[in-house]
Amino acid sequence: MLEIRDLHASIDGVNILKGVNLRINAGETHAVMGPNGSGKSTLAFVLAGKPGYAVTSGQVTYDGVDLLGLAPEERARAGVFLSFQHPVEVPGVRLDQFLRAGFNALQKSRGAAELDPLKFDRLLRQRVKTVNVDPAMTKRAVNEGFSGGEKKRNEMLQMAVLEPKLAILDEPDSGLDVDALRTVAQGINGLRTTENALLLVTHYQRILNHVVPDFVHVLVNGRIVKSGGKELALEIESEGYDKYEQPRGEALPSPA
Amino acid sequence: MTSIATAGVTPFAADLDSLERDGFSQDPQWIRALRKDAMSRFNSLGFPTARRGNEEWKYTDVRPIAQAPLRLARAGEAPEPTASDIAPFLLGDGSWPRLVFIDGFFNRGLSTPLGGQEDASVLSLAGALHSRSATARESLGRLAPYASHGFTALNTAFAHEGAFVHIPDGLTLEKPAHLIFLTASREGHTVSQPRVLVVAGAGSKAAVIETYGSLTGAPYLCNAVSEVAAGPGASVEYYRIQRHSEEAYHVGTTQAALGRDARLDSFTLDLGGALVRNNLNALIDAPDGSCALNGVYLATRSQRVDNQVTIDHAKERGTSRELYKGVLSGRAKAAFHGSIIVRKDAQKVDARQEDKNLLLSDRAEANVKPAFWIYADDVKCGHGAASGRIDEGSLFYLQSRGLGEEEARNLLVQGFVNEVIDKVKRPSVRSHVAELVKARLKEL
Repeated sequence: MLEIRDLHASIDGVNILKGVNLRINAGETHAVMGPNGSGKSTLAFVLAGKPGYAVTSGQVTYDGVDLLGLAPEERARAGVFLSFQHPVEVPGVRLDQFLRAGFNALQKSRGAAELDPLKFDRLLRQRVKTVNVDPAMTKRAVNEGFSGGEKKRNEMLQMAVLEPKLAILDEPDSGLDVDALRTVAQGINGLRTTENALLLVTHYQRILNHVVPDFVHVLVNGRIVKSGGKELALEIESEGYDKYEQPRGEALPSPA
Repeated sequence: MTSIATAGVTPFAADLDSLERDGFSQDPQWIRALRKDAMSRFNSLGFPTARRGNEEWKYTDVRPIAQAPLRLARAGEAPEPTASDIAPFLLGDGSWPRLVFIDGFFNRGLSTPLGGQEDASVLSLAGALHSRSATARESLGRLAPYASHGFTALNTAFAHEGAFVHIPDGLTLEKPAHLIFLTASREGHTVSQPRVLVVAGAGSKAAVIETYGSLTGAPYLCNAVSEVAAGPGASVEYYRIQRHSEEAYHVGTTQAALGRDARLDSFTLDLGGALVRNNLNALIDAPDGSCALNGVYLATRSQRVDNQVTIDHAKERGTSRELYKGVLSGRAKAAFHGSIIVRKDAQKVDARQEDKNLLLSDRAEANVKPAFWIYADDVKCGHGAASGRIDEGSLFYLQSRGLGEEEARNLLVQGFVNEVIDKVKRPSVRSHVAELVKARLKEL
């Protein structure tokens, strides 16, 4: 589904990604773990098409097409979804109206019928149950005055409505207490199918207790330095990232 | 260049002389004296054209008005408008009391006045000067000071045509009063001078909507003055919907005075006009008065819109809220000058003022000037001001959900103004405003 080859990207002239390789198939859940500043969020933003990031070399193929050649909304319409680490507040725009606009944009691009507010409301009510959020939230302005937990749950609700093929979750657990973490994780798990894939970006291992990955990759200084199964996450939990971080800026040998 | 601003006696003085001999000659003595006094004030003041040391008009240069070959509009100089001409300006279900003015003159055929002596009334001012002389006299020209305000003096000098809204003590005006002021003259350079007097008695409730608009593409000046007296415990909703053509000059002054426990909810919408200046002054002259003064202004090309809002907390425990938002594109310029005065007796006042601007082009400009004069020591006052572009992070967030860039931008702009529109108290006005804003945003 997704193939990243030798991806280099920079922001404001600073190289962040320095040759990322990653292959994700349908039905798989991949976790990318790394210390602060390793390039985790950059990877997520580059895949979603955030302006400001320059891809200096490499390719990203998604379902056979050049993902990097698509505008952010085209990526969304092709089934790519980014759950933001810091969801944006959109004052004056009601969540249900926003979700309907997004949902209908996707429908339209696929030649499917757009839903009127009444029909969409029915669908929304059902998805609200799936991810276990307060229905009243959908009548509020998008993320405005939401608690950290509400914002994260809102991202899950959006994912449930838009039903992406490839969901990139950027630190879906940051700032959550244990209970909120469990709810969000349940939401994520409820949306996993054999047809879609998850790329979960996280600093800490704890969410991986709830959303169990098939593959774990360690991203350090803009490169994936080690890949393995779920046990790799536990290893990092006990040993930290120290042994992967190069001393004094010297490059590690490329992982085999 | 001859400028009427500097002339000792303006051409308008001769106009007034001839009107006092003719159309105004039957008016009560008190209003004739008021007009005369105001005329002499205007003769010495002129228009506030000075560009130095003229803080009040710092952001609005009225020389284009002062130098234009302006003349008083004549009754019937435009073709008689039809019901379909005014249809786009109407509001409500057709049962609302309505007064329509064309080039400043009351049009009986298009109007549906309301009123018996004991009930709430919505009448032409010219008629009410006779039939309700005592009520009119108590407030007309008394609330809006003209001694040092040229535009108000000029309007007062011709106070005759206009609207009179009176709600006796304890009564409720069941349907909002809709006052529609349209300019239709095709010759251009007319001056129309709407005058509105709203007297809401103790414990009464009323909603008044002023709509300003154009049936012509010719330039003109609309110089409006409204006085709103809200008695003790009265609750007044006051709406101003300005939809002039982009050739028009508009200077509007609204002076409200609130009695004990009175409430004023004001909403101002500015969509049109080449040069627009609104002065909105609320005097809270008794304890426990409260007001919310909100507004939205949208401007493009070379439009100028300037809102000067003053809240004068003269007595204790008053509450005031202000939220104005502007969306500017092209080379449009907007100013917001919000003053809050808290006098010595006005302890426990709670005042908050906020103005935000969204700039859609590099050349659009917003000037925000908050000013507080606080003489009491136990008060809560705050203000916020911000001008900026569409947030790129928000734009990306919306696009990442599948919305195209233009749709995402439109949604963000709409959301920006929705925060104010949502505060419009009356649903019928709110939906009318929302529609007008939505349509105008497409032109920005």
